[in-house]
This record gives sequence, structure tokens and C-alpha cells, in this order.
Amino acid sequence: MEKFIFYFIAMVMVVFSIMAVSSRNIMRSIIYLLFVLLGIAGIYFMLNFYFLGAVQMTVYAGGVIILYINSIMLVEKIGEPMDAPKLLHQLIAGGISALGIGAGVFAFSNYSFTIAAEESTTTINDVGTAMLSYGENGFILPFEVVSMLLLAVMVGAIVIAKSYHQKENTK
Amino acid sequence: MMNLTIISEWLSHYIAAEVAFYAELIVIAVIYLSVFALLGLFLVWLERRVAGFFQLRLGPNRVGPMGLFQTLADALKLVSKELTGTSKADKFLYKLAPYFVIITALMAIAVLPFSGELQAFDVNIGLFFISSVSSISVIGIFLAGWASNNKYSLIGGMRTGIQMISYELSVGMVVVTMATLAGTLQLSELVALQKDGWFIFTGHVPAFIAFAIFIIAGTAESNRTPFDLVEAESELGAGYHTEYSGMNFAYYFLAEFVNMFIISAVAVVIFFGGWLSPFGITDNIPYVGVFWFLFKTMAVVFLMMWFRWTFPRLRIDQLLTLEWKYLIPINMVNIVLMALLVWLGLTF
Repeated sequence: MEKFIFYFIAMVMVVFSIMAVSSRNIMRSIIYLLFVLLGIAGIYFMLNFYFLGAVQMTVYAGGVIILYINSIMLVEKIGEPMDAPKLLHQLIAGGISALGIGAGVFAFSNYSFTIAAEESTTTINDVGTAMLSYGENGFILPFEVVSMLLLAVMVGAIVIAKSYHQKENTK
Repeated sequence: MMNLTIISEWLSHYIAAEVAFYAELIVIAVIYLSVFALLGLFLVWLERRVAGFFQLRLGPNRVGPMGLFQTLADALKLVSKELTGTSKADKFLYKLAPYFVIITALMAIAVLPFSGELQAFDVNIGLFFISSVSSISVIGIFLAGWASNNKYSLIGGMRTGIQMISYELSVGMVVVTMATLAGTLQLSELVALQKDGWFIFTGHVPAFIAFAIFIIAGTAESNRTPFDLVEAESELGAGYHTEYSGMNFAYYFLAEFVNMFIISAVAVVIFFGGWLSPFGITDNIPYVGVFWFLFKTMAVVFLMMWFRWTFPRLRIDQLLTLEWKYLIPINMVNIVLMALLVWLGLTF
């Protein structure tokens, strides 16, 4: 049953990835991409990595896709099909994709995977402890760097919003 | 994962163990689906009765006892209606959009602990799972707004999207506040920790502030009055579901009410002790928890309905000001306050 579900999700992901890049309608492309991202979340849930699966759903499916939808709604003529790219561009993109698939298949077939002895799962407590520990396998430095980055982004957003608002008032 | 052991035991009496496992999954899915549908119908009936109560009239009272079957009749009417759509709209996305909303509501209901025994999916990230699943339902609303090819739908969809994304932040921060007190996100553990006192009492001041913010943000997230400018009838028709008819419309309608139930249920779990009875009077009897859980949830639902018939609608700028200039700063201070109280051991 697990195998069946895995192959089903994998097939859905492959089909929708191809459809996402080949669709002429940009809104549909995004929805196909959403299915791919949800498929990844599904595989995380199958592996019992619930935290990672939920993060995948929140950040990618819930955050990035909504950002895409919002930004694409600002684009002109979203309802109409886009022009097909030039043949040369198609060939280059196809070549690079084929190269990527080749490299992936080569790497997977040459790497000897070891099957984990027992099923393990990461609870949210483990994640939290690892994020804030500065001992071995601790992630305090990246955690703080990311929080600094987020703070900078927030301050930047406020500054931009504020200066715009003042200019409008003085007019 | 499955806590509903009685069903699996009962099934394995009759069929082989291999088949029983899958049969169990199907039986539980069917139970949840029917609970979902009945809940939606009941809540719509309750809303109309409460509306009648607040406006000094009767509300539905002809079909069945106290009008209980009125919504069933409405549902039958909706099923039999023609499914219309606009020309030049993206048919595929138009048809797809309601399912995002309804499926995410159904997924969120799976983790709710109806009692100690009745919980389908007790995952250790429980509350985070609910918020991550419900963040997907916004996509369904955006899609409905865009794929309807209608300006009212588009404006309504954009408003809902902005509103839900904004208020999701407040709900998330309240969850963080209560997780600071509890030290877990697993719903069954959250309930078990409240055996000696509900979190709204043990967390006293910050928990009470958190509850106030949660009920405001929760009302906004389920797009109910006073935050229903998404479907402000006087300006936008019906908002993002203007172009939907029949069952497709009913999906949105149902999802809205079930989302209200989910938000109330989460409030009950993180503030009012979930399925625990007051002072532990019936905690030793199995399955009575279901009654307490539903009773408390319905009390919170009633509070949200009370809001609906009491407060006038907010404008979009007032809505965003409320969230970004008041709720978020209060919330941030509240998290620090809660952390301080937990650190100093000042919680009961």
C-alpha cells in the first residue's frame, strides 16, 4: 500500500511538473506547481517527517504560491495564453533539462543507499532544541542569522512604506 | 496513528486483518465525512435560529422539529440546481477552486480530539498542522476570485486573501503564546496538561489576552461579520463566490461554517481544556468527553454568532489597521509576558 501511494504521488509530481513548465496559461502553471509542492509535502508525511511536511505546506504551498498568485495578478493579460518561446530557447532549455535528468539518474544509480535500521521520526521538541542549542549539532548561529535577516526585511518594508506615505501627504 | 481502536477491533471480528486495516480507513473516512456534512447543516440552522433570536423573530421553524430539517431541505435544493459558470472563464480552475477550501477544512478536522478516544490523527505538530493546512485554503479563494472572470469576484477574492494572510499571523502568534505555556503542540497532550486547570486560568492575564486576540482573529479568518467585507453584499454581490451556483456554492458555504467550528474547537482545546469536564466530574466515563467538547465548542460558536449580529462591518483600512497596528504589537508583548511568567513560575 505504501509503495502504491508513493508511486501515485511520484507520478502526480512528475506529470504536474511537466505540465507546469509546458502550460501556456500562467495561472494554470502555478496551480500545477502547487500540486508538485503538495506532493513533496505528502512524501514528507509518508516518511513521518511531519514537521518538515507542515513547513513545506505553510512556506511553499501556502506562502510562495500565494505570493506568485498575487504578483501574477498584477501582470497584464493573465487570462490569455502566452506566446510560445523561440525554437532555439526551447532547444537550450530541453538540453539543460536532459543534462539535469542524466546527472540525477547517474548520481542515484551510482550511490549505494543504506536502508535505515529502524524508522525514526523528528518531533517538534527535537527541532526546537536543535535550533537553540550551541553545542554539537546545534543551529543557533544560522537561526540568529536568519532572524537578523528577517528583522532587516521588516525594517526595510516599514521604511519603504513610510517614505511613500509621507510623499503622498506633502503633495 | 489511529486511535479509534473499537472500530478496528469490531471490523477484525468479521474480516481478515489485512483487509480490516483498509476497511477501517474507509469506515473512519465515511464517519468523518458524514460528521462534516451534518456539522455544516447544523451550524447553518443554528446561525439562522440565533439570528432570529437576536432580531426578535422566530427563524426557520416549519420543516421538522424547531425547523431542524430546514437546512437539509436547502441542501437538497442546492444539489438539484444547475451548475452555471461564466463564459471566457478558466473552466478547469473555476471547477477546482471549491475543492481547495472544502478539502483543507476536512483535513483540519481530522486532528481535532473529540474525546480521549475519538481522534483520528494525533500528530505531534497538531496545532501547526491545522494552521499549515488552513493556509492552503486561501489559494482556493484567490482562484475562485480570479477564475470567475468577474470584477466583484476578483475584488472579493483579493480582499479575502489579504485578510486571511494578515490574520493568520495573529492566530499563529496566539498559538505560540499558548505553546510557551504548554510546551507542546500535540492536541491530546494539550488537553491532558489541563487536567488540573484550564489554560485560561493557569495562564491568567496573558492567556486571557491571547483568548481575546484569538477570538477576534479567528472571526476574521473565517470571514464572518464584522470582518465580512469580503462578501459585502451592498458593494460586491457575494464576493468571491458570486459566480458559483448549486453545490459549488454550497461547498464554500459549508467550508465557512466548518472553519468556524474548527476555530472554536481549537480555542476550546488551547484555552478551555478540550473534552475535559469542569472539575473533572465525568472524566472517568469514556466518550462523555464528546459531549463536553461539543458543548464548549458550541458555546464559542455562539459567541462568534453573537458578534455577527452585534457589530457593524469594518472597512478594509480599519481591518488592516486593527491587525497590523494593534493586534500584532499586543501579541508580541503578550508572548514576552507569557514567557516571563513561565520562566518565573508565576503560572498556576
